[in-house]
Amino acid sequence: MPYLLRRLITSLLVVLGVITITFAVARIVPSDPASLYAGPRARPAQVEQVRADLNLDAPITTQYTSYLGDLAQGDLGISFASKRPIFDDIVDLFPATLELALLATLVSMLLGIPLGVIAASRRNRPRDGGLRLFAMASVSVPVFWAALLLQLFLASRLGWLPLSGRTSPDVLFDETTGFFLIDSALSGSIGNVWDVVRHLILPVTVMAAYPTGLTLRLIRGSMIDVLNEPYIEAARLAGIAERTVLYRLALKNALAPALTILGLTFAYSISSAFLVEVVFNWPGIGSYLTNAIVRLDFPVITAAALVVTVVYVMVNLLLDLVHAKIDPRVVLS
Amino acid sequence: MTATVTAMFHRSALRTPGSAAWRFRRSGLGMMAAVIIALFVLAALFAPALTPYADQGRGTPDLLNRLQGPSWDHWLGTDDVGRDIVARLLFGARTALLIAFGVVIVAVVIGVIIGAVAGYFGGWIDEVLMRITDVFLAFPPLLLAVVVAASLGPSTRNTVIAITVSWWPWYARQIRAQVLSLRTRPFIKAARAMGVPDYQIIGRHIVPNAMTPVWVQATADLGAVILTAAGLSFVGLGTRPPGADWGLMIEEGRSYVLGGQWWIAGSAGVAVTVLALAFNLVGDVIHEVTDLKADNR
Repeated sequence: MPYLLRRLITSLLVVLGVITITFAVARIVPSDPASLYAGPRARPAQVEQVRADLNLDAPITTQYTSYLGDLAQGDLGISFASKRPIFDDIVDLFPATLELALLATLVSMLLGIPLGVIAASRRNRPRDGGLRLFAMASVSVPVFWAALLLQLFLASRLGWLPLSGRTSPDVLFDETTGFFLIDSALSGSIGNVWDVVRHLILPVTVMAAYPTGLTLRLIRGSMIDVLNEPYIEAARLAGIAERTVLYRLALKNALAPALTILGLTFAYSISSAFLVEVVFNWPGIGSYLTNAIVRLDFPVITAAALVVTVVYVMVNLLLDLVHAKIDPRVVLS
Repeated sequence: MTATVTAMFHRSALRTPGSAAWRFRRSGLGMMAAVIIALFVLAALFAPALTPYADQGRGTPDLLNRLQGPSWDHWLGTDDVGRDIVARLLFGARTALLIAFGVVIVAVVIGVIIGAVAGYFGGWIDEVLMRITDVFLAFPPLLLAVVVAASLGPSTRNTVIAITVSWWPWYARQIRAQVLSLRTRPFIKAARAMGVPDYQIIGRHIVPNAMTPVWVQATADLGAVILTAAGLSFVGLGTRPPGADWGLMIEEGRSYVLGGQWWIAGSAGVAVTVLALAFNLVGDVIHEVTDLKADNR
């Protein structure tokens, strides 16, 4: 079977599995799903209404097929807090989270890769030790707490950066794409772009911390392996500049594992978005989910988790296909 | 862990040059981290004896002393209902360690059973079990735990269940890989030829020999579990008030941080960071001294 097809089928199966798990957790695990779905302040009549709407008295297999049918039509249910279809809410909010997650992934790659190379080339010297401690610290600090600290010092005390939100209240432009970096650039005003950038700095920094540490460690490890290869020795003996050896010859081969971690980096960014957005009052999926938890808006919690997971599966699929394109050995395995 | 770690910290092992334990002891950072963890464990065990405010640590409010700054009576100040922060931190250490060890132990048990069965029997059993494992791994970290915790309702016990559900697949995969390489070894073939039943081969001969990398990984994971648990209680899906939990303290102190009362969220965050860092360092050093490759997580 061609690699592409095989990979597509497994991804589809995984998505089906993810839907099944979400269904099980939402409908089978709770003792009374109706009261969960209806929310904490529902009157008995409302709970019965939900029970009828969701067909919760039907056999579990019937419920499952109708759940799949609804999902196929893009029907994720209705948020009882906003009374809006959850699908619409998610479509509106996703770009805000995606903008953060993509930028955090980018920053962690731009920082983690060169720092990993430096650590590997200075193995067991003070600079390596320092970087290793930095990597350790960045995966040990709770993101939401780091967010609070930076907000307190850089925004509140020093006033260098805005406290929260995506733009200042007086900055207005058309939200064509939902990615404010692009939208503000389209508005043609440098001031707008600068405002958007200033709002992005704190959340992106916080979200990039964990994946940066992860990337640094991984690149350090694979660089150390590669640097022991005979071809590196040969290149050094041939008198090729160390910089070329490290960044051209060794890094090229050390990057392959980093590509597989790119998906994980993205996943960590998305996960931390969920804890960070609420601190910075960032109107994305993360805040949506956190607010849903506070209000016990159960349909939103399961739907948002499902959508984010499906996006993550697709990102992984895409990365695997890219990987296969770059490294032909993948296809054969 | 019992086997490896007791062996590691056994006296004779500590003195054998070149052994993993010996190399661990020579690593300054690793030993420092191990001491920090030991201090946290002691603090958790003897929490009631270490503070004059034990009942506040358990949750009793003291409304006359709300939001006091650090002082001689309250070294790290008091929280929004007047409880001593030091006492809350000490009792919070109990919650954190209970969750961390609870999750890792239960997840290892589940992972070992599933991974060993999959690896030993192979064929369609392996295929089915591993595809199920893949589905659990398809969720971004934290999200599956969030959904499970939301479905079960927030509590410390449910935090353990929720994180375990998203944690066991890693161990299942790891054990399976170990079992696959052990399965064809002569001593297993011999046992099978002698007619030893499958469950005994798995339980007595395969699993004990496959555990070392799993326990190393599990030790390294304790820090990540603590961070995950803190995240869950920060968004209201973990330990509920008046329980003592660091993530919950950060959440409770959050609204006071910008107003200048930084010590509630500040000290709890330091506690989470220091303990997570200590576990991560120990895990890293163990990885290195046991010559197991650092994982890609």
